Amino acid sequence: MIIIADGLSLGAIYALIALGYTMVYGIAKMLNFAHGDIIMVGAYVILTTLQMTGNPYIAIAASIVVCTVAGIVIERLAYKPLRGASPLAVLITAIGVSFLLQSVAQLIYGSKSQAIALPDFGKITIAGNHIAVSTLITLIVGGIIMAGLTVFVKKTSTGRAMQAVSEDRGAALLMGVNVNRIIMITFAIGSALAAFASLFYLMQIPSITPTLGSMPGIKAFTAAVIGGIGSIPGAMLGGVLLGLIEKVCLSIPAISPYTTAIEFGLLIIILLVKPIGILGKQRREKV
Amino acid sequence: MSDLVLETKNLGITFGGLKAVQDVNLKVKKNELYGLVGPNGAGKTTVFNMLTGVYQPTTGTFYLDGEELKGKSQEQINHKGIARTFQNIRLFNNMSVIRNVLVALHNQPEFKYSPFAGMFHTPKYYDTEVRMRDKAKEILRVFGLEKERNNLACNLSYGTQRKLEIARALATNPKLLLLDEPAAGMNPNETAELMEIVRFIRDEFNLSVLLIEHDMRFVSGLCDEVTVLNFGTTLAQGDTKTALNDPEVIKAYIGG
Repeated sequence: MIIIADGLSLGAIYALIALGYTMVYGIAKMLNFAHGDIIMVGAYVILTTLQMTGNPYIAIAASIVVCTVAGIVIERLAYKPLRGASPLAVLITAIGVSFLLQSVAQLIYGSKSQAIALPDFGKITIAGNHIAVSTLITLIVGGIIMAGLTVFVKKTSTGRAMQAVSEDRGAALLMGVNVNRIIMITFAIGSALAAFASLFYLMQIPSITPTLGSMPGIKAFTAAVIGGIGSIPGAMLGGVLLGLIEKVCLSIPAISPYTTAIEFGLLIIILLVKPIGILGKQRREKV
Repeated sequence: MSDLVLETKNLGITFGGLKAVQDVNLKVKKNELYGLVGPNGAGKTTVFNMLTGVYQPTTGTFYLDGEELKGKSQEQINHKGIARTFQNIRLFNNMSVIRNVLVALHNQPEFKYSPFAGMFHTPKYYDTEVRMRDKAKEILRVFGLEKERNNLACNLSYGTQRKLEIARALATNPKLLLLDEPAAGMNPNETAELMEIVRFIRDEFNLSVLLIEHDMRFVSGLCDEVTVLNFGTTLAQGDTKTALNDPEVIKAYIGG
């Protein structure tokens, strides 16, 4: 029970990050490898504002705002000039942005890990199991955010435009959709989700380094590919699946050292069996 | 004020050293049905691509309602009032029929709301969404597509997809509608129906239509005026009957 709850909440974190990867891939057709580092940015913002104000809520709000703005600025400065360039150029730029963010964080905060004291919500007992309240918060808030995002994409004008850009950017342009604006909104939403992910991540592991975002970033990317990159429900499913597998593996002493290997092994198997991912959309070429 | 909706002046484009289109001068009047015809490779679709901002003309310019639109981006040109369909259908295939139309409504002032309004479902959101859906259904009804509205676009028959493309273009509220081979792949019944629809939307939505078509019965039955292109230059222009019976035009079509 505890393992399941832990797994689901870790899964929610992965899913939130994976959504950023998958939405940007689906709409801007690029892999934003700097996405993981937005989590790190969010974490340091939480740390700094917490030190300055002592109020965790202000810290959370600040982290969401800074991450969203960072996402928009990165897109404007680094990726927008490359619109229409070869995917490889964009990919390398994204890796460059990732290194840049890590180096800047290292310049400001140094490379040593810093502890962060988030308020402890304690534990509650459900059916004889002691579960950390932070785990439940992660699960519930993560769930609400994902449900909200699904409704947003399905039911609103902006969501429809996002789907249209993802399907056929050229046709969307000619139907009067402001594609640059839609891509900007996508980056903003993805980065805001990463800010939430960084908060939840710190509630589980309260220490920060400049490379904090790399591992969850790569895991979440794996989750996005497993679920079917470009698909929003796929990213959620992939994230939750990966979180569960990780926690279950870690709980069994015999296989816990191989947890990461098992996770990436799953990726390889999925890619062999169903290369488009579990919920990936099959693109049929018309002849 | 002139009654010209579209005017092109010496419009032309060069790809590398190849003059794909040269000196095209079109004058499309308000509420006119205007045909652009010519053999394959004559540069008809290239003209459409220039008029919608996909290609930047290398020479000449064009005006919509007297306003120069050359150099504007694709979505700006669409907002100014030129909408188009595609020779090879480009619908949003994995979206429902009505969603295709809703996307096209998305950037019109009367249906605009901010992403935040959408995120928090404000009253403005509900109000706008209801009006958008009504408008979309109204447009679909013109094409007899309202029963299909929840089907995926890719599951429609070819002729129906063509109709949906026109519906989607209409939803952007154009002054000038560009139809790129609207009757291609349609059977004679569908073609006849399409002629009725084009006339109907011209009157109902008060717009001009510039269309490319190979089906000469379609063109002569529908268009008031035509321009015939051949190898990127204008071969004949004017009243449909006269222009299509021009010996030069007949020669270009059947060779000799």
